Amino acid sequence: MFMHLAKPLAPQPNLKTLQISNLSRRGFIRGTTGFTLGLSLVACTQNKPETLAQDASPIPDNSNVDVGPLVLISIAADGRTQITNPRSEMGQQVITTVAQMIADELDVPWDDLVIKQAVGDKKYGDQNTDGSTSVRNHFTRFRMAGASMRQMLTQAAANQWDVDISECSSELGVITHSSGKTLTYGDVAEAAGKLDVPAEDDVTLKPRSEWRYIGKDKPSYTISDVIRGKGTFGIDVKVPDMLYAVIAHPPTLFGKVKSLDDTAALAVPGVTQVIKMKEPEGEAPSFQQLGGVAVIGTDTWAAIQGREALEIDWDAGPNASYNSKAYAKELAATARKTGENKLKRGDVAAALKSSAKTISADYYAAHLSQSPMEPPAATARWDGDTVECWACTQNPQAARSTVAQICGVPEENVTVHVTLLGGGFGRKSKPDYVVEAALIAREVGKPVKVTWTREDDVQHGYFHAVSAQHMQGGLDAYGNVTAVLHRTVFPSINSTFGPAVQGSDFELSLGATDNPWDVPNMAVEVGKAKSHIRIGWLRSVANVYHVFANQSFAAELAHAAEIDQKDFLIDLIGPDRQIDFSKDGVTYPNYGASIEEHPVDTKRLKAVLNKAAAMAKWGRDVPKGHGLGIAVHRSFLSYVATAIEVAVDSDGNITFPGIWCAVDAGTVVSPDNTKSQMEGGTLFGISNALYGEITATNGVVDQVNFPDWRVMRMAESPHVFETHIMESDAPPGGVGEPGTPPAAPALANAIFAATGQRLRSMPLLGQNDRLDMSKVGEG
Amino acid sequence: MAITLKINGNTKTVTAPEGTPLLWVLRDHLGMTGTKFGCGVAQCGACTVHVDGTPIRSCITAHEDVEDTEIVTIEGANGKVTEAIRSAWEELAVPQCGYCQAGQIMSATALLETNKNPTDEDIDAAMTGNICRCATYVRIRKAIKEAAKTV
Ligand code: FES
Ligand code: FES
Repeated sequence: MFMHLAKPLAPQPNLKTLQISNLSRRGFIRGTTGFTLGLSLVACTQNKPETLAQDASPIPDNSNVDVGPLVLISIAADGRTQITNPRSEMGQQVITTVAQMIADELDVPWDDLVIKQAVGDKKYGDQNTDGSTSVRNHFTRFRMAGASMRQMLTQAAANQWDVDISECSSELGVITHSSGKTLTYGDVAEAAGKLDVPAEDDVTLKPRSEWRYIGKDKPSYTISDVIRGKGTFGIDVKVPDMLYAVIAHPPTLFGKVKSLDDTAALAVPGVTQVIKMKEPEGEAPSFQQLGGVAVIGTDTWAAIQGREALEIDWDAGPNASYNSKAYAKELAATARKTGENKLKRGDVAAALKSSAKTISADYYAAHLSQSPMEPPAATARWDGDTVECWACTQNPQAARSTVAQICGVPEENVTVHVTLLGGGFGRKSKPDYVVEAALIAREVGKPVKVTWTREDDVQHGYFHAVSAQHMQGGLDAYGNVTAVLHRTVFPSINSTFGPAVQGSDFELSLGATDNPWDVPNMAVEVGKAKSHIRIGWLRSVANVYHVFANQSFAAELAHAAEIDQKDFLIDLIGPDRQIDFSKDGVTYPNYGASIEEHPVDTKRLKAVLNKAAAMAKWGRDVPKGHGLGIAVHRSFLSYVATAIEVAVDSDGNITFPGIWCAVDAGTVVSPDNTKSQMEGGTLFGISNALYGEITATNGVVDQVNFPDWRVMRMAESPHVFETHIMESDAPPGGVGEPGTPPAAPALANAIFAATGQRLRSMPLLGQNDRLDMSKVGEG
Repeated sequence: MAITLKINGNTKTVTAPEGTPLLWVLRDHLGMTGTKFGCGVAQCGACTVHVDGTPIRSCITAHEDVEDTEIVTIEGANGKVTEAIRSAWEELAVPQCGYCQAGQIMSATALLETNKNPTDEDIDAAMTGNICRCATYVRIRKAIKEAAKTV
């Protein structure tokens, strides 16, 4: 199946799996030959481009620059329209969504679309599929591409008829002159390809009322294949003559092979070779390979068996002292001390002193692993100095540049084909495994696929940061909040790329310095924490722990004030307004978006909160052992409130009679898919909150595979999950991540309502995945 | 040693070391990559196939142990029940990334083959061995009930 991809003749037709299903039903030939005219379009970057990862990534940010001619659309003489999708598909249905945005403005029949997956190349603009950016950062750009092309086609028809373009209209691939004569897009495609791309100001986008595909539910491009076992994921890639590799990664970060005995490994049937991996350089792991020993074989199993048989004596290296239990205590102690101020409003210390009542609370959240169902996998094949890679990567440009850099070849010599991703959640934005494949394939002299086993994934990932937070709050005699202090300590993602020992402004802006509470005295402080394992992005990033802490604390304050949690929260958010965090000295990146275009709007925040509460019938009597909790947060430019009903039995088992979610993501391109992401994002958050815990002893991760790295299963999932999408004309926000942050605190608040037990440490469940019922009733 | 396997009605001869799990024989030797690897230790269900109609985890099943059986994988599953499940899956847009879905569909098929009207508890019991990290559980449960109506 991958034979045709092997040829270096770009642009080759996409992976067959990426073409739309209804085409095949209509008997279309799946090959995409016939697209002789690749029309070049200038990248139309009206939107403020993404800068989310700016201070947490070594990736040169090319989204700010004019990326030059951008090939996104080509039209064949027979009218088929090929869209090149530059974003990575990992379950968010981005292929379908990108097609909706482009095809709507281009105005072509949905069934005539063929989708091709782009390789990693700067000419496509920003391809880093993280930060929930595919729609929110590219909504205008993709529509402009479609609209520009439509205008060029119409102009070409006008030229052919020798009439003015104003006398022509176009609809669903057909251009009509006022006299009634028509031409198809296919008829004029070649002539259109010779025209200049119109200036952005000369192109008019459709009014919302004329949208054909945007805002409508279109069937997923990939579904027909994946339910038949046909989708090609990174781990499924096969090229002729390929060998299979797994790697014995150093148990500790920057550990080294002291001595290696591969005799037994080489005796395993099917094992062809054992090689020592190049060691990572410098002090920061970045996207480098981890080192260790690779075992190559004629199938994956042989390689796995060979790895088992290796005798390696490791030099544990500089991180062998890492014990996460002791580290957690250090973090908590740091959180008790004054840190560096990052938000300052009024005088918190004085206000706390004069408050009628003060409370404080300490929160903890463990390391997490993204663990997409498809573990990292990549295939590489060298031909002289050029290498072709196939990978399930969220960031093909980073894969390309990192492979080039580490292998010492120019970037033009590296091609990165993007497969389907069996989940990403941030793990696959780091291309270390693509580098491994390239290094091994070069040494072996044959194409090689590297597969990470689940053990590799759980033990050697880029882990979500562990964190400790300390909060203090003051109340006046009427239950108004007078002061809030939020102190947070966690190893920064920046430590993966350099010598960072403190959380960055970017991480703090995810749930800490973007606190929307209308409180006269407020402070946010950050403490220092050195990292000893690789720290990386995980769905919604620092929002996970920050929002767990402050939305739990809001409920704790409500309890102390003896006011209903939801009413209290509405009051805490305060009057309708747009918040300017810079007034309090905050460096607020606003997820890379302009604050004028995407203000922090408390009206929208309260609206989703009220909506979720109404959906849950907030305030109703619930059966004994049940409890309702709620939380709200704006992240990735979208507003989400989540209400959760839990039922706790006398043994401490938790079930979910219902979860209700209200989301305001501005303009929504794909409604049902947005609901799907809210379900997935919320349950991801609940899974992490209930069970998620990666720990380390002497620098080695203690968890090994799914039995001990625990994730949610069917029997633990809710039976009722309702999502409401708020009507909005605002520009689009993200949808992949914003469902996650409110989930954990809504859950903790629900458990408190059900049992009187305030859980401040994630994972929330103890032994045997149960609540510790001996603590029931303790505040 | 050459082993003859009957997969999706076709006879295949494979030569793989004894003990090689069926999963890797399917994926690496026969190029049938619809059956997925998720854990290798019977914890996630991504590798679920049917052996004589029973769902098994192919990652811990030595290929030589299923020599005289009828093996059905996602590529070959096309009975009435599986097709009803596929329709419900499409109707309710169940999959997100889709990686776990082959296993989910094989487990759901086995459930509906023996239980035309599963309760929530039946669904929990049959499906809880299949992890979906995208957490499509709510839709899977609904879709199984939808499919049950049509078979
Ligand atoms: S791969 Fe077989 S159960 Fe996970
Ligand atoms: S759909 Fe992604 S793991 Fe289930």
